[in-house]
Amino acid sequence: MSFLERLRAGLRRTTDQLVGRFDRLDADPATRVGVGPAAATASLDTLDTLEEILIEADIGVSASRRLLDRVRDHTGDADLRSVVKHELRRLLEAPIPAPVRGGCPRVVLVVGVNGTGKTTTVGRLARLLALSGQQPVICAADTFRAAAVEQLQVWARRAEADFVRARPGADPAAVVFDAISAGKARGRDVVLVDTAGRVHTRTNLMSELDKIRRVAGRAVDGAPHETLLVLDATVGQNGLAQAQAFLEAVGVTGVVLTKLDGTAKGGIAVAITAELGVPIRYVGVGEQLDDLVPFSAAEYVEALFEPAW
Amino acid sequence: MFASLTERLQTVFAAVRRETRLTPESVETALREIRLALLEADVNFKVVKAFIDRVRDRAVHRAVLESLTPAQQVVAIVRDELLTLLGDGPAGLTASRQRPQVVLLLGLQGAGKTTTTVKLARWLTGQGRHPLVVSTDVRRPAAIEQLGMLADEGGIRVHDPARDAAVVTRAAGAVEMARSMGFDVVLVDTAGRLHIDDDLMGELEALKTAVQPSDLLYVADAMTGQDAIKSAGEFNRRLGISGVVLTKMDGDARGGAALSVVSVVGVPVSFVGDGERLDDLQPFYADRLVSRMLGMGDVLSLVEKAEQVVSREDATRLEQKICGNDFTLQDMRDQLETVKRMGPIDRLVELIPGMGQMASRMPGEVDPHALVQTMAIIDSMTRRERVRYQVLDGSRRRRIARGSGTTVQDVNRMVKQFVEMRRMLKTVGAASRSRKKKGGRRRGIPMRPGVPVT
Repeated sequence: MSFLERLRAGLRRTTDQLVGRFDRLDADPATRVGVGPAAATASLDTLDTLEEILIEADIGVSASRRLLDRVRDHTGDADLRSVVKHELRRLLEAPIPAPVRGGCPRVVLVVGVNGTGKTTTVGRLARLLALSGQQPVICAADTFRAAAVEQLQVWARRAEADFVRARPGADPAAVVFDAISAGKARGRDVVLVDTAGRVHTRTNLMSELDKIRRVAGRAVDGAPHETLLVLDATVGQNGLAQAQAFLEAVGVTGVVLTKLDGTAKGGIAVAITAELGVPIRYVGVGEQLDDLVPFSAAEYVEALFEPAW
Repeated sequence: MFASLTERLQTVFAAVRRETRLTPESVETALREIRLALLEADVNFKVVKAFIDRVRDRAVHRAVLESLTPAQQVVAIVRDELLTLLGDGPAGLTASRQRPQVVLLLGLQGAGKTTTTVKLARWLTGQGRHPLVVSTDVRRPAAIEQLGMLADEGGIRVHDPARDAAVVTRAAGAVEMARSMGFDVVLVDTAGRLHIDDDLMGELEALKTAVQPSDLLYVADAMTGQDAIKSAGEFNRRLGISGVVLTKMDGDARGGAALSVVSVVGVPVSFVGDGERLDDLQPFYADRLVSRMLGMGDVLSLVEKAEQVVSREDATRLEQKICGNDFTLQDMRDQLETVKRMGPIDRLVELIPGMGQMASRMPGEVDPHALVQTMAIIDSMTRRERVRYQVLDGSRRRRIARGSGTTVQDVNRMVKQFVEMRRMLKTVGAASRSRKKKGGRRRGIPMRPGVPVT
């Protein structure tokens, strides 16, 4: 199964409803929009329905408005379907920041609020890296949640990655330092750091993350080279507040969107990319070890509108 | 970034209040803002639509528009409809006579079921019940260990047959153990699952048949978006939910998902989880949430929080001290300790009427560090200094500043505040003494020692 197929399989259920509603729209003769010759036929009702569809996908009011404005101003004679697709893709295409130069091993920090799937994501990232021939070290820096370390250890075993842990309640920054030292000593390529979930409004917990960052930066040049924010696809408008807070606190470089195999569409990620310029890097589409795939805006939009479109 | 529902509504209503007469147009403007605020708070768009229609129907009524206080009337209507939406079902568990009473906790992955299980057990213990918890999550790595560790931390008994990896027998075993050992509630933690996963939903149905729970609590993340009604609706359709537990309410998500779930599924929110400590679970009161959303504060919750951490004897002793005018720095330190135990200070401030907005407008004004600093300064004093602040001369103040890692200015400011506070308390004490002398009943606000007076 190729990545695209897996993504599509995961998104199919997501798609059904979205596409179903779009198809009904499409059957309406008055669905052509834009300022071109077809513009006159775009009814207000259509745009209202379109707004509802976008809001239901958690894209949010302001990002939906932006999309609708673009659809409305679209020049040229294209059907609604391809205009929406095109504009959605444009909103989703944020440049992936150039990899930070610096020492080895590279350090990837995985952050997010509680219960979004950070630990599972770290296990799967390790697997992805291993498949591409790199040797990851997994660092269990969630010393707060009960049994988080044990959970990650199971994933490390499945992904056949090195594992560095600490006693519960230990200082997470110290564990990160240890893991980086171990990675250096063993000549590993990447250190994946699983951090404790934290609600983004807790300033003291957010500064703990900043400390981890600083300590990592002292242990190896340019670290952390990447900071991934894990977002649950079911999250609503609060996802934007989360992204904003983590961006400010620790400089998020990418988003991992998990649990896309449900009926939630993760539309807030569109808003995050559009408003904060943070790209989506990976998506989680199932419960298996291999169910994390690199994100591509084109494929995501295509898959979202498969098979009817 | 968008403002919270509270702020949005307050802005709307501040605008509405300025108008002396409402027109159908101005009501419409307010409604549009409310719609946006609700959508941005993640209330499902269908629910929002119905809500707005109901408010409009009532608000553009002639009697409202022509009344002397139209804006207040609109506020009242919104408040009313929000309350209707949230339902007035009883908070907490159902009053089942079943012994042991069996409670199933269900939900999507990462909603917070395991943590909620232990928090709920703690809450039940506080109610004089004897809970037993069991995990049936045989899928997620270390989920069973997680429940075990949390339960140990909270002093809760766990049923964990090491060799048993079958969902139904694990739960049934717990019920059996509860029956023979006299536990009167069994809390069954389940594996997180997608509502569209047919096999796993079937597993829950089997579990339900086997243990006959009186309560099926759907655990939902307060940050959930539009999808909330789909998942909750499906869980309800297949299993019949009796209540909702809303978790992660300590973030800045303001419960929009709660409105959606409750109005679609038609069951009340039973509990809310609002912090990382095991005691951060409260029964849900719709009127309090609505008051908070509308910026009316939540004094009841504040008083309850105070009562949780202040014993009756402590309160009486403090009252005597205040009446006798011998409130010392040591007493102040004890009070600050109490406040600290009530939870993060910025969240307490949210509960005070009219303070919610202020707190968000002045970030950093409510500084938890100030509390810690004051305590450090008092900690650096000798016993004599704490009882008689008058002895604090320049040399002592310099020593205290060094000892507490502060400056002499900080110490001076703290002492000045204390003297101010003492003066204020003196008037309060004198007033209550004179009332006692007269033998009359004490009226007005009783002294709540947990609430900071400064």
